[in-house]
Amino acid sequence: MGMRPHTSNGTQLTRDQIEENFADLHPPLTPAQAGVEASRCLYCYDAPCVKACPTSIDIPGFIHRIRTGNLEGSARTILSANIMGGTCGRACPTEVLCEEACVLNARGEEPVRIGALQRYAVEHLIAKGGDHPFKRAAPSGKKLAVIGAGPAGLSFAHRAAMLGHAVTVFDKKPKAGGLNEYGLAAYKMANDFAQAEVKFLLGIGGIAIEYGKELGHGLALDDLKKRFDAVFVGAGLAATNALGVPGEELSGVRDALDFIEEIRQARDKSAVRVGKNVIVIGGGNTAIDAAVQSKRLGAESVTLVYRRGENDMSATGWERDLARTNDVVLRQWSVPVKFEGNGAVEIATFARARMKGGKLEAAAGTFSLAADMVLKAIGQKLDPGALENLRLEKNKVWVDADYRTSVAGVYAGGDCISSGEDLTVQAVEDGKRAAHAADAYVRSA
Amino acid sequence: MAELSCRIAGIDSVNPFWLASAPPTDKYVNVLRAFQAGWGGAVWKTLGNDPPVVNATSRYGVHRDQTRAIVGINNIELISDRPLDVNLREIERLRREWPDRVIIGSLMAPIDEQAWKELAVKIANAGVQGLELNHGCPHGMCERGMGSAVGQVPEMVEKTTRWVKEAVNLPVFTKLTPNITDIVVPAEAACRGGADGVALINTVNSIVSVDLDSMSPRPIVDGKGTHGGYCGTAVKPIALNMVAAVARDPETAGLAISAIGGIATWRDAAEFIALGAGTVQVCTAAMLYGFRIVDDMIDGLANFMERSRYRTIEDFRGRALKNTVDWNDLNLNFDLKAFIHQDMCIECGRCHIACEDTAHQAIRIGAKAGGGRTFTVDNRQCVGCNLCMHVCPVDGCIEMNPVANGLPPVSWPHHPKNTLRVD
Ligand SMILES: Cc1cc2nc3c(=O)[nH]c(=O)nc-3n(C[C@H](O)[C@H](O)[C@H](O)COP(=O)(O)OP(=O)(O)OC[C@H]3O[C@@H](n4cnc5c(N)ncnc54)[C@H](O)[C@@H]3O)c2cc1C
Ligand SMILES: Cc1cc2nc3c(=O)[nH]c(=O)nc-3n(C[C@H](O)[C@H](O)[C@H](O)COP(=O)(O)O)c2cc1C
Ligand code: SF4
Repeated sequence: MGMRPHTSNGTQLTRDQIEENFADLHPPLTPAQAGVEASRCLYCYDAPCVKACPTSIDIPGFIHRIRTGNLEGSARTILSANIMGGTCGRACPTEVLCEEACVLNARGEEPVRIGALQRYAVEHLIAKGGDHPFKRAAPSGKKLAVIGAGPAGLSFAHRAAMLGHAVTVFDKKPKAGGLNEYGLAAYKMANDFAQAEVKFLLGIGGIAIEYGKELGHGLALDDLKKRFDAVFVGAGLAATNALGVPGEELSGVRDALDFIEEIRQARDKSAVRVGKNVIVIGGGNTAIDAAVQSKRLGAESVTLVYRRGENDMSATGWERDLARTNDVVLRQWSVPVKFEGNGAVEIATFARARMKGGKLEAAAGTFSLAADMVLKAIGQKLDPGALENLRLEKNKVWVDADYRTSVAGVYAGGDCISSGEDLTVQAVEDGKRAAHAADAYVRSA
Repeated sequence: MAELSCRIAGIDSVNPFWLASAPPTDKYVNVLRAFQAGWGGAVWKTLGNDPPVVNATSRYGVHRDQTRAIVGINNIELISDRPLDVNLREIERLRREWPDRVIIGSLMAPIDEQAWKELAVKIANAGVQGLELNHGCPHGMCERGMGSAVGQVPEMVEKTTRWVKEAVNLPVFTKLTPNITDIVVPAEAACRGGADGVALINTVNSIVSVDLDSMSPRPIVDGKGTHGGYCGTAVKPIALNMVAAVARDPETAGLAISAIGGIATWRDAAEFIALGAGTVQVCTAAMLYGFRIVDDMIDGLANFMERSRYRTIEDFRGRALKNTVDWNDLNLNFDLKAFIHQDMCIECGRCHIACEDTAHQAIRIGAKAGGGRTFTVDNRQCVGCNLCMHVCPVDGCIEMNPVANGLPPVSWPHHPKNTLRVD
């Protein structure tokens, strides 16, 4: 669970304390630690951890290479399956992926720290610099466009470039990385790793990124289709859900995602304004990250309010524990009914909730909490505005098994489709596989 | 209470745990600390005639397993590099201060009768209870015609042993080098020369690793390396076999055996004793962990003896020899099949890939209801080789079960498929 953070008991945290609070949640393994950890791996055959990884990294293979001191080979093994193996090593919820499948659990032991080892190998390679580890195939003469420079888009771009195509990526933001850069918790991505990884990934060559270009605002799918041989849409979930309760417009009530983005972009975290009494509404990753980061910025009290029970939260048990060790108070079975204040929020009122007949309904009783900051983390959703005539299904872009949308030559992946969990690693897998599908398409055309 | 005191070649020892001739027995303070820690005896670091040798720096290389644990070390050290007289005065003092402990004088001299005899007498006069002739050192000394250069020539082993026996009235152990084809040959030579016992093994000739940056074998002395003597747990299997071979040889029956090589625990010691050793000697384990390891050796061995109802070392010494036979005496009708306890299986797949790639394709993968995999043995394919059991990371999960085939024992000389069988 990492070092215990500095927390505020009424006094303000110093700049240094805040800086420490935003250092690596888990410091990277030292070579000695990596050696010991790697030697715990049983080198399973047809290993369960590999099946549990959405990108199917050859985990026993890369750990074995760490053990033999073949760090470059180890990193290459990881990156050939997952070009964002660095971010994934830091940010994957391994407790529900590879590490949950580790057979050591069945022997009554802690699983191998696969994520930490993965980070160790990849960061060694990135820090070492030198030639990009993958070579591009002979130029195909084909041009591919990508919407969104998040994990899905960049994974697609890298694989497409490797397969010999010329790729242009369009993103509305001024920096690449998507939520790696703007969304993941700061202490998971310490030392500006998102940008280091982007730079590394672009090292393959053949990828141009155009920033400040937004689909739907001067950029149209139809037009891209004419200018490029194929298009990949990896625009993520750009819109957020609203609560729809009175007082939502008061100042101090804001989207958790905006707040997190502000933290991520702040050079000096102590310059980010955080409330004294913070309420976070939601039960997922974003809610936990917003709550924990608020606490680490020096909020006196942080209460995470969720409408159902703790086990219904999409945040993993590990993340809930992280919130607890950061002195975040969890309140379950409560839905917001109103926010009050004179221009700025001062009081948040919640109604008790319960499940009845499989449905959530209001129960008797309300309670109010003092709050000068309310962070809404109740989910992101697709912004369909720019997607023209792509067929949607359950509020996501519809694709077939080969990541083809309803429009020929247009592929999609990442959070904007429903391939699996909305996770970085899934987005990378989508992008990689869509690139192979698009490669087959443009070569046959 | 089990009794650990024992007698070997007429020498009484409070327990069978001696330190082998090496750095741990190099001088007064080391041996003092060893006796304080509880060691029953020490074979003093090998002495030669003055002037003393000069040692190189660095001296040790190591061989590690994948957990970084050291499985063996090698050394390029020579014999004692301190003046003979200094050593002898220290031996005298320790003998006075620790009368119930054993000190054996180890010696090495050029092939010259007078040199061996004079050195043996000087050391004997310091009060040692016995002598050990170092015919083992596989590096440095052999380039000067000593150590393994002597140990590899049976005639010289015999001759030097005889010289020393003629010169002194003390038990003499001839220490054997493993760097030969058949250990029984020099053991028999020592026997003919009148040795009371043999001590084995000395170190195994080795290059422990190569530094791939400087392209030099380790340990590196100013950019260069040389072969050295390998010891530690890695050499235990070699030593066990050699001890058993000497113990089983009718010609050397009656020779006392002080066993050496990779002994680190009471269990190692018990195994050597079960193969006929009267005392055991330890070097590497003490070098890696200090003299304190003898604590566990002492009470571990005593507890084992209690459990097994052996009152003295003699009660189980050599007990495993009757079951140590030639391959030709093995029962070829004995059959085993691997059995995998499903409730203990953690689904790592190691048994499957080991058998599939390198044994007999006998382990099947199946799908488990509710996810996961099962591994089961196909008895028709299994030859009972044990490989799967050994690679399985869960102790006891794979069991090797005897097959009740009702067949009488048959060994190869009598086997129906042996065209030269004797009926
Ligand atoms: C707060 C938060 C924390 C998270 N923490 C984790 C975690 O710890 N571990 C984990 O595995 N996952 C985590 N996730 C999920 C993970 O970040 C996403 O699953 C992943 O980033 C999805 O990648 P993507 O490429 O599909 O979308 P995104 O990362 O959202 O990237 C989409 C990109 O498209 C651009 N874009 C959007 N619309 C347009 C447009 N119209 N025109 C041009 N460009 C556009 C955006 O600027 C962005 O760069 C977290 C998510 C959030 C919100
Ligand atoms: C550094 C070192 C020096 C040694 N010097 C001698 C020696 O002078 N005389 C000798 O008979 N054996 C010498 N040996 C060999 C040991 O006595 C012993 O036979 C060998 O190390 C095997 O035992 P072990 O596995 O317990 O170490 C030396 C061993 C080491 C490691
Ligand atoms: S004992 Fe040998 S042959 Fe039999 S299943 Fe195991 S590995 Fe295969």
